[in-house]
Amino acid sequence: MNTLQQVRFIWKPIAFLLCLVPAALVVTDAFGLSGQLGANPVEEIQDRLGNWALRFIMIALAVTPLRRLTGYNWLVRFRRMLGLFAFSYVLMHFLAWLILDQGLLWSAIVEDLAKRPFITIGFAALVLLTAMAVTSTNGMRRRLGKRWQQIHNSVYVVGFLGVWHYWWQVKKDITEPLIYATILAVLLGVRLWWIHTRK
Amino acid sequence: MLIKKPADIRPSEITSKDNYLNRRDFIRAGSIAGASVLAGPALGAIVPEERRAKLPGILASEFSADETPNSYEDVTAYNNYYEFGTAKDDPYRNAQDFAARPWSITVEGHAEKTGTFHFEDFIKPFDLEERIYRMRCVEAWSMVIPWVGISLADVVKHLQPTSNAKYVAFETLHDPVRMPGQRRRVLDWPYREGLTIAEATNPLAILAVGLYGEALPNQNGAPIRLVVPWKYGFKGIKGIVRIRFVEKQPRTSWNMATPREYGFYANVNPEVDHPRWSQARERRIGAGLFAPKQPTLMFNGYGEHVAHLYDALDLRKNF
Repeated sequence: MNTLQQVRFIWKPIAFLLCLVPAALVVTDAFGLSGQLGANPVEEIQDRLGNWALRFIMIALAVTPLRRLTGYNWLVRFRRMLGLFAFSYVLMHFLAWLILDQGLLWSAIVEDLAKRPFITIGFAALVLLTAMAVTSTNGMRRRLGKRWQQIHNSVYVVGFLGVWHYWWQVKKDITEPLIYATILAVLLGVRLWWIHTRK
Repeated sequence: MLIKKPADIRPSEITSKDNYLNRRDFIRAGSIAGASVLAGPALGAIVPEERRAKLPGILASEFSADETPNSYEDVTAYNNYYEFGTAKDDPYRNAQDFAARPWSITVEGHAEKTGTFHFEDFIKPFDLEERIYRMRCVEAWSMVIPWVGISLADVVKHLQPTSNAKYVAFETLHDPVRMPGQRRRVLDWPYREGLTIAEATNPLAILAVGLYGEALPNQNGAPIRLVVPWKYGFKGIKGIVRIRFVEKQPRTSWNMATPREYGFYANVNPEVDHPRWSQARERRIGAGLFAPKQPTLMFNGYGEHVAHLYDALDLRKNF
């Protein structure tokens, strides 16, 4: 097998299964089969899914810099899958909020979306990621041509909105949002640096 | 002209407006206490030093909510106590080795009885009562907790505040060696809280020294903490080492940290939202994964006992 075949038939399926682990653990913990969700399971589920959503956004954003630094071009083969996992975790985080936290109480949902800026920006990130997810197929990429790159550049906005959403939600201790903000700054910073030095 | 000197009544001897308004409750509570005393003489509050020590001579209280308390595990492993970390399970994990004895409490300011007291002596004159209270956190979750404590009104009366005492200020121990959360300046340590004298002498307010009939666990504020069930949980200052009777409204920790979001009064109020989230509903801990949130009650459902305290206040401004 050459490298591309190895990536396609071995490493991508393994990565796919690994990406499912955090979501699977939420389910098994809910049934007490692995760990526990603790005294406030609804909050725990939302927090875990939200945290993994942010991590997958960062991981997806790390692909291009890693590829440039290492010269391993096959890394790009993981990018779409990782991006789709970022979208999936954001969606699961959103659904946990919608169903478990708000109990599908539409009046409260609409009020929160409109009145709570941190929820509004989280929702905006989901909308952008949805647009990217539905245009992620090869067919859509071909059809959209130049517009495709424009749509998918919104991942930088998504990263920013995601960190902002988290930052605004914590009560006082901003340590964790600050860590994500730092990682995001590095990932976007190297891109700006490369654009700058290319000129 | 003969000017008669009025009888010298100390402010501490005057029946508080609260007790006057609730005089029937007060008498009833007295007769319940009396009945219990007949069953076994009240010992005065004694809290043994051993972890989870059974507390002797606990009286029942008519103020207890008629609701099933949360499990011991929920109450003791999920709470906020930033002195031991900012995650909900940090207090449980980081407070296990905390030594809550020896402990002393300093009383200062406008009161007759000031000075530093051993914890044991401080609580001794009072009766231990069980108070099953709803606890509403400002983060929109709630629990029902079977506290054991002493009446704060009794404590205040005992300390004999003078007429200059308009507020009671409380402080938590400041000891970053014993309280690892204080090594980071998440809040401006020590933690500070305060009540008006009327609030502090309301019969609902207690200084808790136990829960579930046992000595208060470290993570819940051992050895002594405030419980004011009609206010958001953060008013319930833990690990109290200082009580000060003051004339001006004292500064309080969360208000100092984010004045726009946390006021001095912090009464539970479903109509006044936190700037970043709704306070209309709350998640009852232990209700299960698919249980809907429940509506939050004005003054956490304790309006009949406390609403009169705020008749003259605009609660939207004084949140």
